[in-house]
This record gives sequence, C-alpha cells and structure tokens, in this order.
Amino acid sequence: MPDAIMRVWRGDATGGAFKEYRVPTDEGMVVLDVIHKIQATQANDLAVRWNCKAGKCGSCSAEVNGRPRLMCMTRMNLFPAGEPITVAPMKTFPLIRDLVTDVAFNFGVAKTVPAFKPGRSEADGTFRMMQQDIDRGQEFHKCIECFLCQNVCHVIRDHPENMPAFAGPRFFVRLAALEMHPMDTDSRAEYLRLKAGLAFCNITKCCTEVCPEHIHITDNAIIPLKERVVSEYYDPVAWLLRKLVGK
Amino acid sequence: MALDKYEVHEHDVIVIGAGGAGIRAAIEASAQGAKTALICKSLFGKAHTVMAEGGIAAALGNVYPEDNWKVHFRDTMRGGKMLNNWRMAQLHAQEAPDRVKELEAWGALFDRTPDGRILQRDVGGHRYARLAHVGDRTGLEMIRTLQQHAVHKGIDVFMECTITRLLKDGDRIAGAFGYWRESGRFVIFKAKAVVLATGGIGKIWKFTSNSWEYTGDGVTFALDAGAHLIDMECYQFHPTGMVWPPSVRGILVTEGVRGDGGTLKNALGERFMFKYVPEFFRAETAETAEEADRWYTDKKNNRRTPDLLPRDEVARAINTEVKAGRGSPHGGVFLDIASRRDAESIKRRLPSMYHQFKELADVDITKEPMEVGPTAHYMNGGVRVDADTAATAVLGLFAAGEVAGGLHGANRLGGNSLSDLVVFGRRAGLYAAEYAKNFKGALTVDAGQVEALARACLEPFERTGGENPYAIHQDLQECMQSLVGIIRTEGELKKALEEIATLRERCRRIKIDGNRQYNPAWHLALDLHSLLTVAHAVTVAALERKESRGGHTRDDYPKTDPALGKVNVVVRKVRDELAVNREPISPMPPELTKLLEGDK
Ligand SMILES: Cc1cc2nc3c(=O)[nH]c(=O)nc-3n(C[C@H](O)[C@H](O)[C@H](O)COP(=O)(O)OP(=O)(O)OC[C@H]3O[C@@H](n4cnc5c(N)ncnc54)[C@H](O)[C@@H]3O)c2cc1C
Ligand code: SF4
Ligand code: SF4
Ligand code: FES
Repeated sequence: MPDAIMRVWRGDATGGAFKEYRVPTDEGMVVLDVIHKIQATQANDLAVRWNCKAGKCGSCSAEVNGRPRLMCMTRMNLFPAGEPITVAPMKTFPLIRDLVTDVAFNFGVAKTVPAFKPGRSEADGTFRMMQQDIDRGQEFHKCIECFLCQNVCHVIRDHPENMPAFAGPRFFVRLAALEMHPMDTDSRAEYLRLKAGLAFCNITKCCTEVCPEHIHITDNAIIPLKERVVSEYYDPVAWLLRKLVGK
Repeated sequence: MALDKYEVHEHDVIVIGAGGAGIRAAIEASAQGAKTALICKSLFGKAHTVMAEGGIAAALGNVYPEDNWKVHFRDTMRGGKMLNNWRMAQLHAQEAPDRVKELEAWGALFDRTPDGRILQRDVGGHRYARLAHVGDRTGLEMIRTLQQHAVHKGIDVFMECTITRLLKDGDRIAGAFGYWRESGRFVIFKAKAVVLATGGIGKIWKFTSNSWEYTGDGVTFALDAGAHLIDMECYQFHPTGMVWPPSVRGILVTEGVRGDGGTLKNALGERFMFKYVPEFFRAETAETAEEADRWYTDKKNNRRTPDLLPRDEVARAINTEVKAGRGSPHGGVFLDIASRRDAESIKRRLPSMYHQFKELADVDITKEPMEVGPTAHYMNGGVRVDADTAATAVLGLFAAGEVAGGLHGANRLGGNSLSDLVVFGRRAGLYAAEYAKNFKGALTVDAGQVEALARACLEPFERTGGENPYAIHQDLQECMQSLVGIIRTEGELKKALEEIATLRERCRRIKIDGNRQYNPAWHLALDLHSLLTVAHAVTVAALERKESRGGHTRDDYPKTDPALGKVNVVVRKVRDELAVNREPISPMPPELTKLLEGDK
C-alpha cells in the first residue's frame, strides 16, 4: 500500500495552515487511525477529539476533503490511493486548535429547550406506549450530537450573526422528539417560532445529507414542526385535539 | 502563599465523571439542595456510557412475570462467583426496576412489548429476559435522558476539564486539582464531598473496547488519597470484540447478538460452547443444540444455551479454541446470526452492529458470520465502598459506577453495569449531599501543595530528555496484553512488575513539545501516572490470588480454591508503596443465603 498523503489543518484562533504528512497505512484503516498515527510519531501535540472509535459518541467530526464526516467511520479506501486527503476542523464553530473547535454554542442551545413534561403514568409508575407510536421518537433519539448538521447548515455557517436566534437542525430533531413523545403534554410552538428560529430554515436538506445516523432531519423533524407551528399558532384547537389523541 | 493566582470554585459536592453514574449522582446531590459541580474530561454526553449497547438489567417482570429481585440477586451472585458484596447485590436487584422506570419518566423511549410496556432481552447469566433496551444503543438513550434531565437542575458542568489529584485537609477530602484541556490552565475545586464516577481502566491493554478516557484516574486518586481497592485481579475480558481489520481490533460486539439468537462456531463449524459448560452451571444449561434453540422461545421447558454462559466462561472457551488451532482466519472465532435470524429483524434489533461491521469491516452480518475474540472491557473490582452509602475509607470521598468495586464480584453480568450506575449513582449523590450538609467545620486547601502539583504537571515541558508519552503507553499496553492478559502465570506477572517499574523510570524523561493549549501529548503524559498505577495494582492483586475465579485465570492455579472464595484481595498505598492483603468477606445473612440454595 502506498503511503497516505494527509494535509491536516494545524493552527489556532490566531491563524494556521495545512501541513502535509506522509503516513504508512494498513488494511482497513479509517481517517482517525491515520490522524492518531501522525500524533504518535510525527506531531505529538496534534489536537483531535475522539472517544468511541465506532461512530457512537459523535466526538470526531471534521471536514475530510471538504465533506463533513466522522473521522472514525471514514475508511481510507474511500479515497484514491496516493492522492492527498485534506482534513480540516468544522468551519462553523470557532477554532480552538488544529481539528478541535469550540462547540459551546450547542450546549448553550440545549439549556434553553423546554424540558419533557410527562402526563400521568400508570399505577406502577410506567407508561403504556405502543412500539409504532415511538418509532419516530426513537429515530430522533439516535442522534449522537456530532453537530455535523449544525456545521453544514448555511443559516449559521455563512451567517454566524444568526447564531443567537437559531437553534439548528440538531435541536429541531430534539424538539421534534419532545413534541412527538406520546406522553408529552407541553407545547413548544412559541419557542420554535420566537427562539429557535425555525423560519430561517428553507429546507435545503444539507443537514439530512451529512447525518451519520441517517436521521431524516428535514422530512421527519423539520417539516412536521413547521406544520405544527402554523397550526398551533393559527389553530390552537387543532393542537389541543392532537395532544389529546396523542398523535 | 495564597491561591489567588488560580481559578477557584467552591461547591458542597463535586462529582468527577459525567457518565451514567456521575450524572445520576449530580442530579441527586442537587435535588438534596447541595451546590453541585459535574466535571468531565470529554464533552458532556460523550462518556463511556454512551457506547453501551445491549441494555440495562432490572427485574421488571414484563416478559417473564416469574422474575423478581430475588432471582436477579441470585444470578448476580452466581455470575460473580460469590465474591460480590452481597449487600450491594441486594440493593442493586431491589432498586434497579425503580431506576429504569425513572428513566422512562424522564423521557427515555425503551423498546416495547406488544402490550406497550418496556421490552426485555436475554443476555448471559440472567435466568430470565431482563435487559430493558433500545435496539443496541441503550447507553446513548440513558446518557441523553440523564443529560437532558440534569441540564435544567442548576448543576454547574465543567467539561473538558481533567482532574489530576484530590485535595485533602488532614484526613478529610477538601476538593480537587485539575486543568482545562482547552487552555492548559489549572483550576481548583474546593468541596466538602467528592463523588468519583470516573469509570474504568481498559486503556492499559492493547485490545480494548474502551476509549482514551479509561486511564484509571479515579482508581488512582482513591488510592493516592488513602482509599482501598478490591478485586482488581478480576478484570473482565468481553468474549466478543472485533478482530479484523487490525485498526478496529477490540471494538465491542454486543452480547445482545447472542441474546437475540447468534451462536459461536469454530473453524470446523462446531458450536463449541457445548464443550465448555462448567460443573457450576451444568444443571441449568442445555446439552444439545436443539434444546438450546428451543430455549429462545420456550424457557419453561428448556435450559439456556451455553452461548450465554457468563462472560468469563465464554472468553476462556474462545481463547482455548483459538489456541487449539480451530480459530477463524484472523485469530478469533465465528459469531453467526446470519443463518439464524432473517435480515430484517437483524437490522431492526441490532442496527449499530449491522452498521459497524458494514462500514468498518466490509462484512454484512445479515449474510456472513462475524469474526470475534476477547477484548479488555470492564473493571469488575475497583474502589471499595460501603454498600448503602457508597462512601470510601476516606472521609468525604464517595465512589459509584465502574470505578467502584464490590457489586460484581469476580465477574459482571451483561446489563448489570447500566443498572449499577443509576442505583449507586443515586445513592452516592444522596449520601455525599448528606455528608456535606452535616459537615460544619472549615476546610482549607494547602497552597503549598497546590504549588507543588502545578509545578510537577509542567515539568515535562522543561525537560531535555527524549521520551515520547505515546511510545511509553504503547509499551505498557504490549506488556499488559502479553503478561497480564486473560491467562496468567506467576513468572509472567513478576516480569510485568519489572517492566512497569522500567516504564515509570522512562516517564521521568518525557519531553513535551508545543504549548499547554489543547496538547494531547501533555494530557497523555499526565495520564501515565494513573495508567501505570492501575497496571501495577492489577498485577500485584493477580499475583496474590493463587486460584482461578471469574475474570482471573491462573495457568499455574487452574482450579478455584474454596478458601479463597471467602476473601477479597485488597490493595492500598502505604508510604508510597502498594500493599496487598486478603480480607475476609462478611458472612451473608440467612435470608439471603436461602435465595442461593436449592439450585446448584
Ligand atoms: C462498548 C461498550 C458497551 C457496553 N455495553 C453495556 C451494556 O449493554 N450494558 C451494561 O450494563 N454495560 C455495558 N457496558 C459497560 C458500561 O457502559 C460502563 O461500565 C459504564 O457506562 C460506565 O459508566 P460510568 O458512569 O461508571 O463511567 P463513564 O460513563 O465511563 O464515565 C466516566 C466519566 O469520568 C470522566 N473522567 C474520567 N477521568 C477523569 C478525570 N481525571 N477528570 C475528570 N473527569 C474524568 C470521563 O470524562 C467520563 O465523563 C459497555 C461498555 C462498553 C465499552
Ligand atoms: S434544511 Fe434547514 S436546518 Fe437543514 S441545513 Fe437546510 S436550512 Fe439548515
Ligand atoms: S442529527 Fe445527525 S448530524 Fe445532527 S448532530 Fe445528530 S447525529 Fe449529528
Ligand atoms: S470517535 Fe466516537 S464517533 Fe468517532
């Protein structure tokens, strides 16, 4: 196997540049393996986040050849052997160092999302919920908070000034999960309209395309939320009815 | 000397670690009115708990109404080869159902039974289908639920903040010292009580299911502060990790695969587990493939498949098959679910396994068998705690989750960790808050000690030596993998002690380039103290237990020794040296003994 030619972003908030590394590779390697190899042998202080190395924790997000990806789930054999591969940090978030960005924005939004507000449970303290009624919610709960969808969304990627008024696709997924939880009794229409900036989204579907969990962010979360906001805002009776029948 | 050049925070309770145990502890402490901080090395929500797959064990009795806490207690004790702290096993079995229901009340969406209740699945060592689960991503559901619940409770979260040492005032805990990963700046937490919830030590081995965080920090802090460790020799090697390609070796394949019908086969196509049923489990294990297969749907009239024996038994069996030359092409065995369940149900029940093999190994598990072999997975032992309060031997120091020992004895059953986290996480938070409330004195943090800690942390930048921390870590992993692995002997264990001492010497010559800002080489250099300490503790404990039991197998003492079944191996630090002792396990009260009788 020829050496991999990696062009890795090195630098911090004050500036930086791509630096080239040549790395011997083995069968089955993913981009994160190669980054670790550079770290262990050529650039000990190369900063990168990771935890599970199996696509489960959402720590290792980066832009590989310009596409937002999890480095631990990106096989090297995806790319033509011997051609340079660029690895850059997510662009939307402020750079800390090398491949590590400051994703505090997301944890800030999380604090503002109105919490789960359950209705009454059975005498034994549990709920009765049918599998088909939670299938959609379980799809949304697959989110590993890699923030790749947030990174790719043009509303904040091209216009950081929108950040204070926009929750972003990850949180639309979260809000949809809450709204569609069969036991939830709250309404988040006001929040969605005034705080989460749902109207900013013009359904480009870029978020859905990069989601490593294959969550149908636009079709299953955003569009139904948009419909809800409209109906709840202009037709509160319909909203109440829907909550009562649990659909 | 004053502390004013440092960033200082003051709390009643600080919780170190934000996995299931830590978040649950923080929620409880805060609910008791304690001013609470939650500190973690990674981002919030990325702790190991997020990776848990198969499920959380609780005798809800939804699938088998005959299940109850007594059966769960019995299974846990038998799985642990009776080394368990019986009081912990009792509390755990009794309280796990309430903790699972609580997760549901906080928004978790577990898979459902046809009548809309929480579905439960089979895994090894549990008599009944007992694991509440969400496909094969139960840990994600659990950590997200806890995280989202905690967010609204006014807990101060400090993420990407690494603690390197606990601070004491006399014989009491007074706080902790650490640094921000982002800036490298030091930070001091003053606290009346500290809860350790830092998880395990799997990074001392080469093939492991564990992430970079599992360097044994909490175990080391406890030891350094004067607390005791138990059962460190009984480390759990999970039987099924990926073995191919090399870069993914060790990544976990959930036991849920076998729970859902997958079987182990050797290169000859034999279901070899039938050959490895130990006397202890013979009466309750199927003798033929037909009986084993019927058991999945009819548990009343059939006995369980030997594929679901406790993990220590299965890991040893795989090891033996491979050594005997009946392994798979890359040194594992085959795990086959493709020929046993239809593609649709495999994808629905085990979506992330499907995904993981497809993307990382080019294997379609609905069409071909997986290649699997043992991987370092879970610390059965850990910091010794009081069963009811999670208190350690040090005043003000509590521990819960994987970092704490006792519940699992010599071997943990699948699903018993996630339940452990919420049962004892809650208890640790409760009693830490109570301790903090009752403590009326004043605590001082010694500025001189802090100065010395800070200076020691910065030394690697100033040295001229040429050691690379990554190389030392790799050498430690090679050493532990080959000398302190699944099968052990006295000669190899002694050799490991020498190598660990040499590695410690080499650490003194580590030189770090670059600056303090998000510098992973520096972080690893600091973690090496913990890595070497826990490697040392495991090895001395393994030397002391001259028998084979649970996760601890000695080639030179292959049998269990009934006398050693009555003692824990305890490790402490005495004047900077590790001291090892055998200490008797307290006798079980008759009402619990009764639960274990009659079904040998
Ligand atoms: C792949 C995999 C699958 C598993 N599947 C299951 C399963 O199906 N069922 C089951 O019951 N168990 C399972 N387990 C085991 C179980 O997931 C873990 O034992 C459990 O999650 C540990 O939880 P914890 O709260 O003790 O620690 P963790 O979740 O590991 O959290 C540790 C925390 O401590 C922090 N920390 C550590 N050191 C420091 C420090 N120095 N300073 C600051 N913070 C620190 C970390 O940042 C982290 O937040 C699995 C384990 C793995 C690896
Ligand atoms: S669909 Fe909406 S949320 Fe998704 S990337 Fe496009 S604008 Fe952003
Ligand atoms: S929705 Fe998908 S892309 Fe967005 S954070 Fe979650 S897992 Fe990542
Ligand atoms: S390291 Fe966890 S998703 Fe990549």
